[in-house]
Amino acid sequence: MELGHADNRTIAAISTPPGAGGIGIIRISGGQALPILEKIFTPARADCPFETHRLYYGRICNPADAKLLDEVLAVYMQAPRTYTREDVVEIHCHGSFLVLQSVLELVLSQGAQLAEPGEFTKRAFVNGRIDLTRAEAVIDILSARTRKGVDLALEQMSGKLFCEVDAMRATLVEVRALLETAIDFPEEEIEIADHRALYERIFNDVYEPLENLIARAEEGRIVRDGVSIVIVGRPNVGKSSLLNTLLQEERALVTPTPGTTRDTIEEYIDISGIPVRIIDTAGIRDGVEEVEQLGIKRAKESINRADLVLFLVDGSTPIGDDDRELFRSIAHKPFITVINKCDLELKITPDPGLPMIAQPLLISALTQEGLTDLKQLIFKRLTGGREQWQEEGCSPNLRHKAALAKGLEALGRVCDGLQSGLTNDLITIDLLACFDHLGDIVGETTTEDVLDVIFEQFCLGK
Amino acid sequence: MMDIANRFDIAVIGAGHAGCEAALAAARMGCKTLVCVINLDTIGAMSCNPAIGGLAKGHLVREIDALGGEMARNIDATSIQFRRLNTSKGPAVRSSRAQADRLLYRLRMKKILENQKNLTIRQTTVDSLRVEHGRVTGLRTSLDEDIAVSAVVVATGTFLNGLIHVGLKHFPAGRMGDSPSVSLAGWFRQQGFTVGRMKTGTVPRLDANTIDYAGLEPQYSDRPPAFFSFASDGDYRQPQFPCHITYTNEKTHEIIRGSIDQSPLFAGIIEGVGARYCPSIEDKVMRFPEKLRHQIFLEPEGIETTEVYPNGVPTSLPLATQVAMIRSIKGLEKAVIVRSGYAIEYDYVDPLELLPSLETKRIRGLFLAGQINGTSGYEEAAGQGIMAGINAVRSCRGEEPLILDRSQAYIGVLIDDLITRGTKEPYRLFTSRAEYRLLLREDNADERLSEIGYRIGLLPQQQYDRFREKQREIDEGIARLDNTWIKPSPDIDEQLERLQSTTLKQKSSLSDLLRRPELSIDDLGSLVSHDTRQAVAEIGASRFSEEIQLRVKYKGYIERQDEQVRRFKKLESTQIPADMDFTGLSGLSNEVVEKLGRVKPVSLGQASRISGITPAAISVLQVHLRKRSFESKQDKGQR
Repeated sequence: MELGHADNRTIAAISTPPGAGGIGIIRISGGQALPILEKIFTPARADCPFETHRLYYGRICNPADAKLLDEVLAVYMQAPRTYTREDVVEIHCHGSFLVLQSVLELVLSQGAQLAEPGEFTKRAFVNGRIDLTRAEAVIDILSARTRKGVDLALEQMSGKLFCEVDAMRATLVEVRALLETAIDFPEEEIEIADHRALYERIFNDVYEPLENLIARAEEGRIVRDGVSIVIVGRPNVGKSSLLNTLLQEERALVTPTPGTTRDTIEEYIDISGIPVRIIDTAGIRDGVEEVEQLGIKRAKESINRADLVLFLVDGSTPIGDDDRELFRSIAHKPFITVINKCDLELKITPDPGLPMIAQPLLISALTQEGLTDLKQLIFKRLTGGREQWQEEGCSPNLRHKAALAKGLEALGRVCDGLQSGLTNDLITIDLLACFDHLGDIVGETTTEDVLDVIFEQFCLGK
Repeated sequence: MMDIANRFDIAVIGAGHAGCEAALAAARMGCKTLVCVINLDTIGAMSCNPAIGGLAKGHLVREIDALGGEMARNIDATSIQFRRLNTSKGPAVRSSRAQADRLLYRLRMKKILENQKNLTIRQTTVDSLRVEHGRVTGLRTSLDEDIAVSAVVVATGTFLNGLIHVGLKHFPAGRMGDSPSVSLAGWFRQQGFTVGRMKTGTVPRLDANTIDYAGLEPQYSDRPPAFFSFASDGDYRQPQFPCHITYTNEKTHEIIRGSIDQSPLFAGIIEGVGARYCPSIEDKVMRFPEKLRHQIFLEPEGIETTEVYPNGVPTSLPLATQVAMIRSIKGLEKAVIVRSGYAIEYDYVDPLELLPSLETKRIRGLFLAGQINGTSGYEEAAGQGIMAGINAVRSCRGEEPLILDRSQAYIGVLIDDLITRGTKEPYRLFTSRAEYRLLLREDNADERLSEIGYRIGLLPQQQYDRFREKQREIDEGIARLDNTWIKPSPDIDEQLERLQSTTLKQKSSLSDLLRRPELSIDDLGSLVSHDTRQAVAEIGASRFSEEIQLRVKYKGYIERQDEQVRRFKKLESTQIPADMDFTGLSGLSNEVVEKLGRVKPVSLGQASRISGITPAAISVLQVHLRKRSFESKQDKGQR
């Protein structure tokens, strides 16, 4: 997360999601929060002391012309017992977007500035209320596009990642204590576990879990950032129909005339929790019209950026040269071959130029036959062969993943060293490095902790 | 007008291991220096075990030497046993230790002090210091002398309010047989310093004539000796003596358990905190009941004495129990105790009171070194002593203090730990406390520090020249290994196979080959042509062969540590202004503000090492510092 300058600005934003709800909340944070409220809020009761963390009923009026904007509940929360550790005001309005927008504009006109996305959380972090992993998790929740994304972020916020990494570090502390004891107390009569045993401990309790965590980081990336899938096929194989079926509503224009879809069309769908940007390409062929060529260029770019390609062929006609040529243009990407129009008579035959046809996935965009299988297959391909989400476990974000990967690299050297009879002093260099990288995620562990373990376990000292 | 004889640049209070180094450093750097000691005969006294060095401590001794200190030369000249530890455990943690002749050690140190130019020694007790405008200006002795000074180093060891315990008896003393320093202890409390109590202990001493050594495992000196000082070479200066190893047993433990109610420690009479790494024997027996025996090293105390130091049984049990306990041990059945073991409690000043220069934050010109800062160990004391001495001189001269960081020296690790994290128990250095252990080796202490020692005017020209010569020899050796190339050939492969190494795939330098764990410099000779063989053999036989091999063999690791140091220096170089008011910073919890205010870290790096300071708090500090420097730039721009 980028750290901005801590500043004295008072910020405000609509804190409830867009769309009509029963209520909508405007949140204001900063030193001017209460003065602003006092200027625009007319309490129902004459006596309104704005005690902290108390809800007051009243009206929001524009002080310039006394125009009534909404009837609201307002609460003032005094620093530091607030979300941002600054003074915070929340105004609970009616849920209409127009009302919320006008109240927010009024607040801004009184000196507040519009909050950037995640800025309340950033302040909570900068002001020391939440640690980095939790701050990141909150931001993930705010920007999560699917329910699964929210689940992951919630798990992380509850400190699951923290606990897992912490457990690894605890093992590392103990192993390091053993190595250090052998170094710092060479003349003591103590039995020190041999390198073989330490290797097994590290491999089982840290190395593998770490690898696992990194794999889950990849899943986490998918859930957080989404993936893009491109539908590719010669004209009129039913690309737009497939897109529409997946979207379950008519968006792209569908006609039997080749080349009707002139540009890429993209939509978001949710496949078992993965936000998927699905792109329908214009038929990639050497069109003559300028507009269409532009579309073709963009289609090629989409293919190159895609995480997965759905290669669509028409089952009701034999494979043609244009199918084979198209296939060559996507063969370098991960792809799924899908045979459409299985509701019609199948005229397609295995083809040496299209190896995947041997085990095709048959669907009908029209009757929706095979669509569940397609979604399941897409999910499996995107998650590296999973049938479904693992129930437990947290998912590290990119920053975590980088730290975990560095930790794993150092740990790999520790494992090699333990197996090849490297001396303790050298092994501990990488052990310490791994430690520090994991520490970037959860915070510090000190030499003092290592010494604590040493003195707890061994009777030392001449 | 004050008598000129009573005017000094620097006064050092105490002449133990910290005091001696502080006084010598100050005098050698050209300041008129006074040492005040309660008993002249105890200059350089080893109050506990008669040994110098060991893990991390050996490193300290060599660092002190590289800066121009005395401890290394003193032990080299008076040692009756040398041992190199951890030779199989890796290049970073090889360490030297020596048994001293206790009497010779202190006599030689006293002589060095007596003959040092600019240095005056006086047997006297200092009662208080004089402070004017926040700066120390003088001291007052118990015989009502007034002495004017510009800076003071206090290195009082266990003497501040010292209280000795043997069984349930206790009496004031600075060490068995010496008076404590009571008035000065009171002065520190009066000045508002945070003062605590610590405890340490020592073993009963035995008469060698009453020990039966037959059947005890002896441990002899290494030959040739691994000297501490970079200036020492040749053979032993003193006759060498072995140590012997024996063990406590179940009967010993029963005796101890039987009179545990007589232990001032377990009876709760001792309030001072003892060190976990140096537990009394009663502590060991009670805390680890499953351990059936504890090791004891019988260390000879010197050439002209029969006193023996049974290392491993520090105790404050009553004398009668000590006798019974000792006599239950193999070889000691008839042993006579000539001095009783005891525990001692003493005042220490919370090291969070100190700046990185070891000057107190409260009073300028006042420096503290050694056990008064909550440390334990002769070497830890000496390391602080030399730094306090150096910085007292620099303070007198209005110069910036000399501060060694954690990547430069164990001395840096030690002082940074103390002033940043404080200490709850007597602090001892371990190699595990150093993050950049591979860079902080015994063998390269001179490379790390001699340039500094020379530059500040402490390391003599002669020793500096010697250091430069050594560097040249090492660089040449490494260059030769780097630039001698071997091409793959059946002949070479046959040689490599004989050495149980893998065959050569491509043209390689001798350095590349030396990096193979199974090959040593002696193996390389067989791989090169006749004329190069001679040069390789010379490197192998060089006095610095170990250094050369180490640098070549572990190059990859050393480079990785260098990289870590570069990262460390980044935070370290972000300075926190001395006038920074942490209470004014939004976003820091009260606890964090309180801690930062107490330690007053000089850099973000130091702040990050304060216990309980979270990464989030560091980010907040970072933001504020950036904002502050931004604003000050803007201010300047407006003017």
